[in-house]
Amino acid sequence: MPRPTSIDDRAELLRVEAVNKVFPGDVRALMGMDLTVRQGDFISLLGPSGCGKSTALRLMAGLSHPTAGRIAWAAPPARGDVGVVFQEPTLMPWATVAQNVFLPFRLEGKSYASVKDDILDALRLVGLDKFQTAYPRELSGGMKMRVSIARAMVTQPKLILMDEPFAALDEITRFKLNNDLLAMQARIGCTVIFVTHSVFESVFLSDRIIVMAARPGRVIEEVRVDAPYPRSEEFRTSADYAAHCRAASRALEHAMEAA
Amino acid sequence: MTDAPLIGPAPTPMVDAEEARRARGRRIELAARYTLPLAVMALAILAWDRIVVWNEIPHYILPSPARVWDYFTGNWSTLVDAAMLTGRITLMALAVAVLGGAGLAILFNQSRMVELSLYPYAVILQVTPVVAIAPLIFIYVESKVAGMLMCAWIVAFFPVLSSTTLGLNSVDRNLRDLFAIYGASRWQRLIHLQLPSALPYFLGGLRIAGGLSLIGAVVAELVAGTGGVGLGLAGRIQEAGYRLNIAGMFAALAMVAAMGLVIFAALSLLSHLLLRKWHESALKTES
Repeated sequence: MPRPTSIDDRAELLRVEAVNKVFPGDVRALMGMDLTVRQGDFISLLGPSGCGKSTALRLMAGLSHPTAGRIAWAAPPARGDVGVVFQEPTLMPWATVAQNVFLPFRLEGKSYASVKDDILDALRLVGLDKFQTAYPRELSGGMKMRVSIARAMVTQPKLILMDEPFAALDEITRFKLNNDLLAMQARIGCTVIFVTHSVFESVFLSDRIIVMAARPGRVIEEVRVDAPYPRSEEFRTSADYAAHCRAASRALEHAMEAA
Repeated sequence: MTDAPLIGPAPTPMVDAEEARRARGRRIELAARYTLPLAVMALAILAWDRIVVWNEIPHYILPSPARVWDYFTGNWSTLVDAAMLTGRITLMALAVAVLGGAGLAILFNQSRMVELSLYPYAVILQVTPVVAIAPLIFIYVESKVAGMLMCAWIVAFFPVLSSTTLGLNSVDRNLRDLFAIYGASRWQRLIHLQLPSALPYFLGGLRIAGGLSLIGAVVAELVAGTGGVGLGLAGRIQEAGYRLNIAGMFAALAMVAAMGLVIFAALSLLSHLLLRKWHESALKTES
């Protein structure tokens, strides 16, 4: 699915409308969040700890419900329309790589044979098709994360939610996974919402950076990164990249001051 | 860059003194694991023999190892019959403990209300000594076998229940969320997530329950006697005691201990086979 160049031309996927989330003890995780997510967007939620990034992600995943406001989908999501990648690889240690990727289909009641090709495709996309029968403990941290990404993609979801997925990895692995993630998104044409606390990562990956402030968690500013995709390693060292990083850093500073 | 010769001196072996020492240590430990306990046993038997001979202790107080061995060989088939009976009760009790313990754990996990209602009674059953409950059981339960099973079950089910409950509740939070996102039913979550997560815990409880069901079976036999169903090992110990046949007591006791060891080894093997592919506890450390 080709991505329209202009963000505003893309079709709407879902809208976060005036969402508040308050936890017991009057902990205001999120206040008055508005966000329109369009098909093909790569959105980073950037902000300090406690700004409600992960809460926003859980709300969009349907794992919890807003205290006020609503999450409105353009078309109600079906099973497998939303994929998730957590900070930990979150694999089932007792299952092989292929069985782990099979999970979303298994829960839909499909047989392994009927989706074998999809599983192989997803594993090939993350470069692990030779590790189908391996157990998670036999893989490195980066490889486990790839399996987790393959599992999130295997259903060809409309939206993939990622909660600081590369935070625990070393920088070399992280850069490699950043590149691969962009290639995968281009390939299946899904929308990605990516929680991070790294300015550099958010600029490299996204076309929209939503900068958030803490206490209460809220959106401060949107920074657009209009550099074209595909983005390569050269982009990381370009003046354009540095300028965007400066803009995002400034926005983050405002967010810290506002807290 | 100069052309270096492709063929140089033969490479020296890449094992330094420290690594060689470590490897030797590992080999010695492996050998010692089996030889040391056997040596201790041989020494103990020798000491026992010498104490009996030098002090001229009469055999109705402490028989010599040779006399116990003679009893073994002379009464082998009787002892085996007794072991079969005790073993059957033990295994049946273990099976009931597993079904009851794991079943209750799953029930507790599915319904908090059931857990709140019944858990205190499971604890009460566990903390009351089975020796104290057994006489009552045999007043109301007519069948000897059923009574013995019940005694053994009371001792053995709790470790299975408590460890399986812990396992069912120890599911990775993110995996639970993932199952929710993919719309898993309660049943799917139980089968594909909670039961596999609980397996290592269950197997830990099972190993303890194996030993306890043997204890339960022996205690029940001592309390109830086994009139009508033949004599088990505990019955043999009791009977030999009445006749001051101390060698017979030792022989039957050794059979009970051996049976406990076999049960433990079998359950450890089962645990290893089920977990070796994926669980930390079954993995060899890489050196």
